[in-house]
Amino acid sequence: MTTAATGGVRATTRISATADGRGGTALPVLEGEGPLAPRRTRAVSGDEARVMLVGAMSGPLGGDHFTVAAAAGAGARLHVGSAAATIALPGQTKGGARYDVRLEVAAGGELRWLPEQLISAAGSELYVSSHIGLAPGARLVFREEQVLGRAGEEPGRLTSRLTVRLGGRPLLDQEVACGPGTPGGWDGPAVLGGHRALGQLLVVRPEYEKDVPEARLFGECAALTPLAGPAVLVTAVAGDALRLRRVLDEALAALG
Amino acid sequence: MHLDHPHTHDSPSAVSADARRPDGTRRALRIGLGGPVGSGKTATVAALCRALRDELSLAVVTNDIYTREDAEFLLREAVLPPERITAVETGACPHTAIRDDISANLEAVEDLEDAVGPLDLVLVESGGDNLTATFSKGLVDAQIFVIDVAGGDDIPRKGGPGVTTADLLVVNKTDLAPYVGSDLARMAADAKAQRAELPVVLQSLRSEDGVTAVARWVRERLAAWTA
Amino acid sequence: MTRAALLVLADGRFPAGGHAHSGGAEAAVRAGRITGTPELEDFCRGRLHTAGLVAAGLAAAAAAGMDPLELDAAADARTPSYALRGAARRLGRQLMRAARAAWPSGELDALARAFPKGAHQPVVLGLAARAAGLGPEDAAYCSAYESVSGPATATVRLLSLDPFDATGVLARLAPETDLVVRRAVEAARRAVDEGVDALPAASGPLSEIGAEGHAGWAVRLFAS
Repeated sequence: MTTAATGGVRATTRISATADGRGGTALPVLEGEGPLAPRRTRAVSGDEARVMLVGAMSGPLGGDHFTVAAAAGAGARLHVGSAAATIALPGQTKGGARYDVRLEVAAGGELRWLPEQLISAAGSELYVSSHIGLAPGARLVFREEQVLGRAGEEPGRLTSRLTVRLGGRPLLDQEVACGPGTPGGWDGPAVLGGHRALGQLLVVRPEYEKDVPEARLFGECAALTPLAGPAVLVTAVAGDALRLRRVLDEALAALG
Repeated sequence: MHLDHPHTHDSPSAVSADARRPDGTRRALRIGLGGPVGSGKTATVAALCRALRDELSLAVVTNDIYTREDAEFLLREAVLPPERITAVETGACPHTAIRDDISANLEAVEDLEDAVGPLDLVLVESGGDNLTATFSKGLVDAQIFVIDVAGGDDIPRKGGPGVTTADLLVVNKTDLAPYVGSDLARMAADAKAQRAELPVVLQSLRSEDGVTAVARWVRERLAAWTA
Repeated sequence: MTRAALLVLADGRFPAGGHAHSGGAEAAVRAGRITGTPELEDFCRGRLHTAGLVAAGLAAAAAAGMDPLELDAAADARTPSYALRGAARRLGRQLMRAARAAWPSGELDALARAFPKGAHQPVVLGLAARAAGLGPEDAAYCSAYESVSGPATATVRLLSLDPFDATGVLARLAPETDLVVRRAVEAARRAVDEGVDALPAASGPLSEIGAEGHAGWAVRLFAS
């Protein structure tokens, strides 16, 4: 962790999981301090390694640049969660904050990326860029949830881009931009329609190559859709974080 | 990795209403059936399918206005195997889909040829519209306009593109004429006056003859098409 | 090159199937999110900056000569909705037919061969613009404008909205349409050097969700 010339904090967290050769998962790389310290926790199942990102300080603030990089090798099963929601806040310095997520999964590896929500507080400005590279045969569960403003608060400016490649080919590329200063219509009937929580759940499984679940709705504000590849995406909007999580959990359970 | 659409390398499909398939063979004859709502287009299509399905390879494209009801009626009546019936959606503009922008209908016809072809005959039924709806020559080779006696016996006299120019005018539900006070002789005479030499058939699908006369006309068109 | 070709390509009567699609407006009307002119304007504005920007970027990149197969894969990734991918390919196929009749071109023939059931509509549009001698900016204008003119026209039919009000919406969105086109063309120029990831990927969650719901309706006026 260093303090950049702009006054913001630069911090990088790295997690690397590999098969330990005894049917379990080892974590040869587990590094990062400050805002996003990774801690190994007790796994639910024996072959999985579970890591919790623990925020030792608030942020990201304006000017900060956080990076989290995680990789699951062949045969490794990695589960990453976070201890609390991440809150984007306005900083002392001008300019936005940046949060990069870089995930890699090898053939036969599995990554379950299930952090808590990202909350865009009033006056904040954050650009999130998530890049996921999957080898053919990789398994992934990826969840991201954004909450626009703390309770009763106007949101900050939030842009979040999710780019996923499978075997080098684009599988999913989505960007949401919301809050003051983003292009018009973001809160209108084509985009968010007044909802203050939005989320996506991406599930990639090699067996979907042969038999992918059909499109379906979960209530009025969430839909599961098969992508042009062995994957499904659940897109949901909700009035608040709790209802959003409930529908994403329901969808994940329905996938088995 | 591309589950939606297998890449294939067939020749591109024909651009418009070319009489030949990309492989050079003569494509199916396409006959359009248009006319006002409730005049008996779907019933006539169903009767034609029953009359012709044993002698011809045929398929149907329906253009429903806001439902798939016409296609579903034909499916329910089992007049043809389901893979031979396709519905086109028309965005509340059925006349546009058969006249001004025929692309969706052309694709439906081509897809039927690909899936169950080669076909001898494709019947394209328009959504029930008004008296001005006619089929583009880019979509069909001949068109039948279906009106009925209950819609008023002055329709032939009023004319309009469908009544005047269709290759065949069918005056349907003649069995109802006494009950709705329609004068069949006057309808026939008015139609003759509007259409000169173009043929008119008065039919009741409930009578013994049923769709016989229309089926005969279709067979003649097909003989001329394949000649 | 003739600039007038742009009018032919952008004409709402160009026979390429658009009349049967509402651009998500039918789902939004049914859900009660569009009830009149102000909501239509907000809907169109949101759509312009999301689906419109993405389509304009793809069209501009295709018109600039990027590999249409690569762009088609990029369009798939930017269209998570299964229903919307289907609609985009059907419209692409219909546009292909009209474009090949209007501006015969080896590039269009090759794309039609690669995707007999249709490539994504914006990719076909960009290639059609190219075949017509038009440039990336022209293609982007067609795509961006289509993204709002479709829903506006559909809403006139769905709500019996005053057509003058709907046309007013499109006129008020013109300056933002210019902005979207500029962004799309800049992104397309970057994509030529950096690859398809440089193209816009803006999404509208409610449009994606609404499209899947709409596809399952038994009774509807529009195909999408």
